[in-house]
Amino acid sequence: MLSPGSGNTVIKSKLISRRMFLITAAKAVVMVGLVGRLISLQINQVTKYKSLSDKNRFREWKLAPERGSIKDFFDTKIASSEPLYQLHLVPENAKDLDNLFVRLKAILNITDRKVSYLKRVIKKQKPWEPVIVSENLNWSDFSRINLFLHELEGVEPIVSVARTYPDNSSAHILGYVSQISAKDLKTKEYLQDLAVPGMAIGKTGLERKLDEQIIGKVGYQRYEVNAFGKRIREIKIDQGQAGRSFKTTLDYEVQKYTNELLKDKAAAVCVMDVFNGDIVSLVSSPTFEPNQFVHGLDKDYWDSLIKNDKKPLANKALSGLYPPGSTIKTLVALSALENKIIRPLDTFRCKGKIELYGEKFHCWEKDGHGIVNLRKGIQRSCDVYFYEVARKLGVDRLSETAKRFGLGKKVLSDFIEERSGVVPNTKWKKKYIGQNWYLGETLHSGIGQGYFQSTPLQLCLMTAQIANGGFEIKPRIIFDKKNDNLRKYLKHKNENPNEPLPTDLLVSNFNLKPLFKNQEHINLIKDAMFSSSNEPGGTSYRHRFEDPKFTFAGKTGSSQIKRFTEEQREAEVKQESLPYKDRDHALFVAFAPYKNPQYAISVLVEHGGSGGKAAAPIAKKVIKKVLERHELRRNINDQVGESV
Amino acid sequence: MFQPRSIQSSYSLRDKIVSIDYILVFSVLVLGIISMFAMYSTDGGEFKYHTNSHILRFFVFFGMFFVVSFISIRFWHETSYLIYIGVFILLLGVKYFGLTSSGSKRWLDLYFMNLQPSELMKVGLILFLAKYYHRISIEGVNSFRYLLLPITVLIAPVILVATQPDLGTSILIAAGGVIVAWLAGVRAKFFTISGIAMLALLPIAISFLKPYQKSRILTFLNPERDPLGAGYQIIQSKIAIGSGGLFGKGFLNGSQSYLDYLPEKHTDFIFTLFSEEFGFFGSLFILFLYALILSRIIRIGHMTRSNFGKLYCYSFATAFFIYVAVNMMMVLGLLPIVGSPLPIMSYGGSSMMAIMFGLGIVMSCKIYKDVPVN
Repeated sequence: MLSPGSGNTVIKSKLISRRMFLITAAKAVVMVGLVGRLISLQINQVTKYKSLSDKNRFREWKLAPERGSIKDFFDTKIASSEPLYQLHLVPENAKDLDNLFVRLKAILNITDRKVSYLKRVIKKQKPWEPVIVSENLNWSDFSRINLFLHELEGVEPIVSVARTYPDNSSAHILGYVSQISAKDLKTKEYLQDLAVPGMAIGKTGLERKLDEQIIGKVGYQRYEVNAFGKRIREIKIDQGQAGRSFKTTLDYEVQKYTNELLKDKAAAVCVMDVFNGDIVSLVSSPTFEPNQFVHGLDKDYWDSLIKNDKKPLANKALSGLYPPGSTIKTLVALSALENKIIRPLDTFRCKGKIELYGEKFHCWEKDGHGIVNLRKGIQRSCDVYFYEVARKLGVDRLSETAKRFGLGKKVLSDFIEERSGVVPNTKWKKKYIGQNWYLGETLHSGIGQGYFQSTPLQLCLMTAQIANGGFEIKPRIIFDKKNDNLRKYLKHKNENPNEPLPTDLLVSNFNLKPLFKNQEHINLIKDAMFSSSNEPGGTSYRHRFEDPKFTFAGKTGSSQIKRFTEEQREAEVKQESLPYKDRDHALFVAFAPYKNPQYAISVLVEHGGSGGKAAAPIAKKVIKKVLERHELRRNINDQVGESV
Repeated sequence: MFQPRSIQSSYSLRDKIVSIDYILVFSVLVLGIISMFAMYSTDGGEFKYHTNSHILRFFVFFGMFFVVSFISIRFWHETSYLIYIGVFILLLGVKYFGLTSSGSKRWLDLYFMNLQPSELMKVGLILFLAKYYHRISIEGVNSFRYLLLPITVLIAPVILVATQPDLGTSILIAAGGVIVAWLAGVRAKFFTISGIAMLALLPIAISFLKPYQKSRILTFLNPERDPLGAGYQIIQSKIAIGSGGLFGKGFLNGSQSYLDYLPEKHTDFIFTLFSEEFGFFGSLFILFLYALILSRIIRIGHMTRSNFGKLYCYSFATAFFIYVAVNMMMVLGLLPIVGSPLPIMSYGGSSMMAIMFGLGIVMSCKIYKDVPVN
């Protein structure tokens, strides 16, 4: 049945179909376009989008490697990475934060200040990011937490690893580790791909020197993360590689002993093996607590370190610069002998003072020492004798000898805190002060005052090189291989007493470098030092050892802080009556045992007064301790092969 | 006993069932089932709220599809205006009683579901105009008299929806209306003139746009402009699709989606999720299903006798195509993010309801293809 307007309807229907055809064609074009786009995205650019998707999906967290440990010569760990108990809190797992903190406060005694700090941190970060409630829990707190764990939802006890030092006896030479700083990242290249947030790196001492090798290889954890950065699951874990461990030449027992001796003093002690330069002990006092630095320093503690006049943070043995005082007299005498300025028996008369170049030069002994030769000059530490010797010797020849024996340059390498000191001469003064040398200054130099500056370690090295018969040694603190050349040479010499080796053969056969022209001169100095410590009238006679096993030969010294005024000199003011800050630094260097020297020692006591009174007694005790452990030490040395 | 089917106005149920276009029904069912898997994947491989409610809705509205199909096309022709008016009233209701969510008022709370009348208007407007142009003679179509009403019934809901604000849906509603007019024979000149007029008004329109709408358009033009803000969705969607490659990452393995990089993955970006997990071939299959559905609708339009049926089927097919194309172009980074669901695939009751209702009328055209309408 067709409607009356059926013709119209048919035309209309055709129009509709025609127009629909156009639209359908357009649809086809769009369809093709969509397929083209799919081809472009999913086939042509699939690699690009796959990598973009993975970049979205995975995130890596670096894992701090375990720091290698540092051991003493007897393999006792003096710096190690030990388990550390921490308490973390994941806010999203905690049902009732306020209640949780009340419970935690009861169990751990956390301060209110800490709680409000933690609450602020929680507000700032995402709910699944943990906050550290306690950096370092002791074992009893940690086990208590574990006991109550079922009622502490959201709390996670974590066992992590942190640098731990057994005590503070070796704080200075070991140094400390602390959080990486922005400056460290910029200046230290090896940290570029290592930087793990929260990683501790060495800031001073051995920790800094060895940092690159001891730090290890960084590991990583790859997680799948969602769009909000929440970790969904672990994909891969690479633990990295623990750092290398190092064996040092230090003796932890001696370190502890010495540290105890120096307690409350501003002082430093160095002990060195005279044959191979192994540093047995190196202590600076007052010390600090290195463990405190590992987990971010407490401000009060930091302030107490910074404000302490005795400068606990400074390693006085390495970076403290002191005029060597009378300890230099050994080198002055040696230089004069070697340069044929004096003969051992040449004498001068000491009347307590001399006047030269319009200036008065005083001897410490106001009444004078009378007739003085080289041996007596060193034994009594007669200043006038050395004024005369120095005057004849001249500062340039003295400085040449002093440098040869290790003064004026760094003893160790890669310790940023170590300083090189000053061995003055005419050129040096011209260059650094811009003035000509005055002859009077030569006299001051002759008794180790004036421009002379040295570290206790340098004085120890100087003494060691005298003690071993005048051979150069290279001090070391990292025990990497046995170094017994000099001992072998001595053994060879003792076994073949009738064929003294010429110098050039010494060098080639035993790889030695003599520092003398005539070894007899060295022996004269050693003998004089013996008399200073062991014969009546010697400056450290009161602190001698009768037992030949421990007998040492030494030289006292005191470095002047402030010149005595004429009035003080007249009034015979004693060091003890001066204000602490004005007292002389006390110095003592020695080697022991005298008959068969093994170790050299230097002791410095800041503002201790005279070397004989303040420094020698300490040296005496340390020498005994070191010599008692000598056999043990040799045994260990003999056990190791040529390399470690 | 046998009357020619051409003049038979009521069929037995058996007749109806026989004359159903099973290819269309089957395509819709397959697409529906695929959408359930996709929804299951958006829920992280669990039967959670979205999956369960999507499955329920699909089958409820799939059932409604048959009910609508079995009702004579004559009935739908007669009630066309009423349906439009009813939906328009609902739109007005949204304006006064609507629910506001993320800054726009689109929903009516019907207690058992939140109804989005603007989705229904997509079909309502087509129905209205199909009936309107069915009656007008070919000469009358282009006279001003007969242009007035279509323009009014088109503009009124578009403005209501655009001010919700929901720019995407309002454009899609308008597109549906324009297509009916075009198919009915309104001269190309008219579309050109109104096109030019709209271009002239564009600057004014832009000044009415909300800042987020402006930013979407700017971002579309240059997604890297703000990779963490407005450009984020486009970039993440492209990454998801692109990283799917030829065969996809596998069911439930779309990392972009389950790690929450994909925004709106249940609704507008459901194709992205599917494409990431099933790759290029999966996507082609979806396109194929849509093309199949379209071709069946067009075929029904071709078969149906009445111009109302033709106009309706062709317009609905075209509108349906536009929804699909706009959504896909959007997630493929070819159009700005305007917020339009993918028919049948996307989560959303109102859209599902409108599409199933629209398809039902198409099927009614098929079943009653020889029934004349007045």
